[in-house]
Amino acid sequence: MQDDNAPISRRKFAEELERYRKGSVSRRHFLGVTGLGTAMAVMAGAMPMMRPRGAHAAELGDRAVLATWPNYHDPESFAAFQKATGVATQVNVFGSNEEMLAKLQAGGSGWDVFVPTNYTITTYVEADLIEPLDLSKLPNYDPAAFEARFADAGTVDGKLYAVPKNWGTTGMAWDSTKAKAPFTSWKEFFDITMTDFSGRTMVHDYQLTTIGNALKYYGYSFNSVDPKELADAENLLLQVKPHLFAISSDYQPPMRNGDAWLTMCWTGEGKQMNRDMPEIHFALGKDGGEIWSDYYAIPKSAPHREAAYALINFLIDPQVNAREATAHGFPVADSRVNALLPKDVLEDPILYPAADLLNAQEFGAAATLTDPNRAELMARFKSA
Amino acid sequence: MTKGRARWLLLGPAGLWYAALLVLPLAVVLVYSLGERAPAGGYAPALTLAQYANLGSRWAAFQNTLLLAPAGTLAALLIAYPLAYFLAVRANPRWRTLLLVLVIVPFWTSILIRSYAWIFLLGGRGIPALLSDLGLGDIRLINTPFAVLVGIVYGYLPLMVFPIYVSLEKLDKRLLEASSDLGAAPWRSFLQVTLPLSLPGVATGSMLVFILLMGEYLIPQMLGGGKVFFVGNALVDLFLQSRNWAFGSAMAVTLVAIMLVTVTLYMRFLRRIGAARDDTGLM
Repeated sequence: MQDDNAPISRRKFAEELERYRKGSVSRRHFLGVTGLGTAMAVMAGAMPMMRPRGAHAAELGDRAVLATWPNYHDPESFAAFQKATGVATQVNVFGSNEEMLAKLQAGGSGWDVFVPTNYTITTYVEADLIEPLDLSKLPNYDPAAFEARFADAGTVDGKLYAVPKNWGTTGMAWDSTKAKAPFTSWKEFFDITMTDFSGRTMVHDYQLTTIGNALKYYGYSFNSVDPKELADAENLLLQVKPHLFAISSDYQPPMRNGDAWLTMCWTGEGKQMNRDMPEIHFALGKDGGEIWSDYYAIPKSAPHREAAYALINFLIDPQVNAREATAHGFPVADSRVNALLPKDVLEDPILYPAADLLNAQEFGAAATLTDPNRAELMARFKSA
Repeated sequence: MTKGRARWLLLGPAGLWYAALLVLPLAVVLVYSLGERAPAGGYAPALTLAQYANLGSRWAAFQNTLLLAPAGTLAALLIAYPLAYFLAVRANPRWRTLLLVLVIVPFWTSILIRSYAWIFLLGGRGIPALLSDLGLGDIRLINTPFAVLVGIVYGYLPLMVFPIYVSLEKLDKRLLEASSDLGAAPWRSFLQVTLPLSLPGVATGSMLVFILLMGEYLIPQMLGGGKVFFVGNALVDLFLQSRNWAFGSAMAVTLVAIMLVTVTLYMRFLRRIGAARDDTGLM
């Protein structure tokens, strides 16, 4: 039997990365666009022979459905979880928090665990869609191991609803062979898009970051819902639109094959591209941008609640989590996990930017998720 | 009396089908389209035409759809007709079945996978790289209306080929002989005999492709890079991103209305052509 707790070797690390790289090409798009991820999950569940049988099947059931983000887990963790508990994890991949909320609002999602981002949790609580967590079922969670800023969004009105998964930032990644100088701000990002990089820039298909970074162009708050400031941001986005290569959160394939030269980019994905192609650089805007923290949570409607607790508890086990972090490359807030990670990872300037840069970043605010003007602005921008 | 009852009984299943799967959902969409967006997203009951008044903000999506759907249909027709003609009239009967199967074979793979292939073909390292090697400079194809057009023509071509093939295949060859005996040149036989008799196939194929294109979502999403937006894409955004169900419903109702009008006009146009042809036939 494989020792799941052994520290990862360099070779294994490289293998993991390679597998991830191969797998990452277009999976987001693929699953997101078609709902194939959901379809596969449903089919697997409907076919008895595809369901594994395990020792603890009686208590936990035989499966758990996880709604999460693309390229965000080590598939081997799910295999190990299944070996230990008999519970097979079905993974559904999403492209935005809005989409996750829409699916949960519509009902019948069938999810047992989902991965909301910090700023959305209060909305889930208000809409009564999220389950308060029973800590006795999560012995691997140690609140003392977390910096408050990465953990406190999980608690609403004194009740714990979610435990931290990973944190990161939203910066920009670019092909340094095409740029005259490194990028340092969102002002430069949009300015160069309208000049030298025309037709080569990508922005996220995600209101929070695309609108937020356009707001930063003018020095407004990343989270602004002020109508005048949003109007300025819309103006900029409409001006920029003809110069964009694409509006899509699936930026790795075009960046890797050279169609796109500059993109809004999440930390871990910036690191992945930089590892494979050192000419792709990543930086944060010194004028600001997003810092975020994702959480594990359980929807009120979870059909397999016990399995959900078991899965979360398994994934936040420091050993498992360290392996996860090594596979997907996103930083972890849990100090017990960081103690297990190699030093060069913890000192990586992409994953752990300098404090002064990090301090300029803002966590997303709840209002941005529900604000009708931001939602409508994004939709108008896309159909302009 | 019993005759009447039997008729209703026989109509029952189809009637139920229509009521449950067509009338009821359409009624729901219609009611929603008069509502408002709930504060946190979704639908809130109301009785307002505000959503319809806001349709102008999605003009570009309607414009793209109303331009590229007919353009795609026409392009597919221009490519499909010669192909269908070749298959039905010119191809060696021994090979015909094989050739027909080859037209269907792409359907064995999901349109999604095939669209992915086009992403790479039209991307910077695909056809544009070839063109630039030929000295044609910096040509960008992916994420343009042209890419979307290529994708939809490619994706829907078989739907155009088959109806035309069927109408050409049924064509009575003796009519062509008669036309030739009466001294008509081949092109004249084609224009006056073959083409008019294949019009039903052309009409069916065009209608099929046009209706599907009006609701297209996947191909603009994949080959348009979020920049060539169809009404279908705007709809998905309204339901999954901005969660404005009322406005989404109003757009859906508008799309259905536009399709009803265009399809009706098209049918009437075809009927008029048919009638005109019969008249000239009598002369």
